[in-house]
Amino acid sequence: MAVTQPEILAVTGNEAVAEAMGQIDPDVVCAYPITPQTEVVQLYAQMVADGRVSTEFVTVESEHSAMSAVIGSAAGGARTMTATSSQGFALMWEVLFVAASYRLPVVMTTVNRALSGPINIHCDHSDTMGGRDTGWIQLYGENHQEAYDNCIQGVRIAEHMDVRLPVMHMYDGYVISGAIGPLQMLTKEQVQAFVGPYRAVNPMLDTKNPVTVGPFDGLHGWYFEHKVAQNRAMDRAFKVIQDAADEYAELSGRRYGLLDPYRLDDAEIAIVVVGSTAGTTRMIVDKLRDRGVKAGMVRVRVFRPFPHEEFAQALQHVKVVGVMDRADSFGAQGGPVFMEIRSALYDCDPRPQVLPFIYGLGGRDIFPDNIEQAFAELEEAARSKGRASTGRRYLNLRKD
Amino acid sequence: MTTKSGTQKVEAPPALTEIRWHGRGGQGAVTAAKLVAELALGQGKFFQAFPEYGPERSGAPIVAFTRVSDAPIQVYSGVEHPQIVVVLDPSLLSIVNVTAGAPDDAIVLVNSEMSPAELRRHYGLEGFAYYTVAATRIAVETIKRPIPNTPMVGALTRITGLFPIDDVVAFLREDFGKKFPPKVVEGNIAAITRSYEEVQAE
Repeated sequence: MAVTQPEILAVTGNEAVAEAMGQIDPDVVCAYPITPQTEVVQLYAQMVADGRVSTEFVTVESEHSAMSAVIGSAAGGARTMTATSSQGFALMWEVLFVAASYRLPVVMTTVNRALSGPINIHCDHSDTMGGRDTGWIQLYGENHQEAYDNCIQGVRIAEHMDVRLPVMHMYDGYVISGAIGPLQMLTKEQVQAFVGPYRAVNPMLDTKNPVTVGPFDGLHGWYFEHKVAQNRAMDRAFKVIQDAADEYAELSGRRYGLLDPYRLDDAEIAIVVVGSTAGTTRMIVDKLRDRGVKAGMVRVRVFRPFPHEEFAQALQHVKVVGVMDRADSFGAQGGPVFMEIRSALYDCDPRPQVLPFIYGLGGRDIFPDNIEQAFAELEEAARSKGRASTGRRYLNLRKD
Repeated sequence: MTTKSGTQKVEAPPALTEIRWHGRGGQGAVTAAKLVAELALGQGKFFQAFPEYGPERSGAPIVAFTRVSDAPIQVYSGVEHPQIVVVLDPSLLSIVNVTAGAPDDAIVLVNSEMSPAELRRHYGLEGFAYYTVAATRIAVETIKRPIPNTPMVGALTRITGLFPIDDVVAFLREDFGKKFPPKVVEGNIAAITRSYEEVQAE
């Protein structure tokens, strides 16, 4: 199907997402409007004030309250969104689990930034990687365009009757959020048609059909079964995420999968990466390919649920896989993505080697040379007869 | 080949231009970096513009980057080897190594009342191709404020040939016209065209 290409705009990542939210025009946005927030909330508040959207904008006194208000609003029966980042995300922590266990189809933008301390406001993935077990679906975008696209697709995924789980979508703090880059937008009519009308399930405001939300479920209750049901919804989300992406592709011409492989088919060494660093990595893959090195890459787009079968399929023929984590799991064998990938490849025969790389914590820049170094390590491991050490490798780390 | 003035010329896709901006908080370096990205968009090119984030303090040294390319830009890191360095405040020349990582044939545009030869003598500068323009004076005389960013874009337009000056003027009239009163728009256009004329080569 032919798609006419809309004009290209020069916007920041935050502007791109605020525009997506404006086109979704949710019933309610609850957000904490000051530091450590991002520009997304400020821009959205402006749209509300200018009458560009019909959203009820609820300002609250903390991020904990923001997520609590989001839960109240969504349980009441409203399409509800919010945005956060870094410490704000951390402060939402306990209520994130509540939103997921109430099966509230909320969509939250999270700009990936470091957690204190030392105090640091720059990009890394520590905030949402730490939130990977809250029961939310996690989509990680690469650039301005995908941040916009994921925000819109998130609504369809969250609200699908096979899923009914909250969705958080991420993009890199500053690298994307504050940088000017290209964006092509759909029309508001297209977005409205894509997300469709909101369907509330057992809304509290339906007074003719009273329901109880959030009661105590004691020792002899159904807590365990409830958790299993959440996990089943995660399993069903794979198909829903892909279907939403496919339908969105017809609208936009932009195709997304659960993961995003690049020159992987005959690759002997490959890097797995999340977020904007995928772009830089692709450039290095091309450079190595020109030299005859069989290098490839795969970007993680969906981290929860984690598409382990697809990753095993994509990487099983690769000799050595390097996993680049922009967050660490202290005392674990490697970063969060490393552990998922290594686990996903366990049943492959022969089993690829998987090596952990940590990079970019607290906004430490990641240069093309650093990625080339990582590939050089993979090449060396692929050449050697024994298996390489699985100790962490650090990219662009200063010497002591 | 490495010389004392610069590092080896780095291989970059020929269509990619990387600009590094050095200024002080309040001089509009980030705005200028973004303006050049928007001008690139107007030329049908791909673009990226971003500051090196840090505390926002008026007067503190800041760095910003612009990339302009004929092909989509994939790289997401700070510019290490800028072909063009723009210095909005000459006092930075004695406290920041503004040409760090720049290839030997890099262009360095400095906001200064001095000629490039005088600037070299005064700061002991070697290598690279220096250009100067009295951007702060031009800004005061045209925009009535000592913010040198738009004049620097005018000078940059002349020495790089990235965009035709007529397109820059048309863009300002259109884009600034939406945000600012006509007096401000015309002041900025005068600033850009004057610095386009007055920039000095070696």
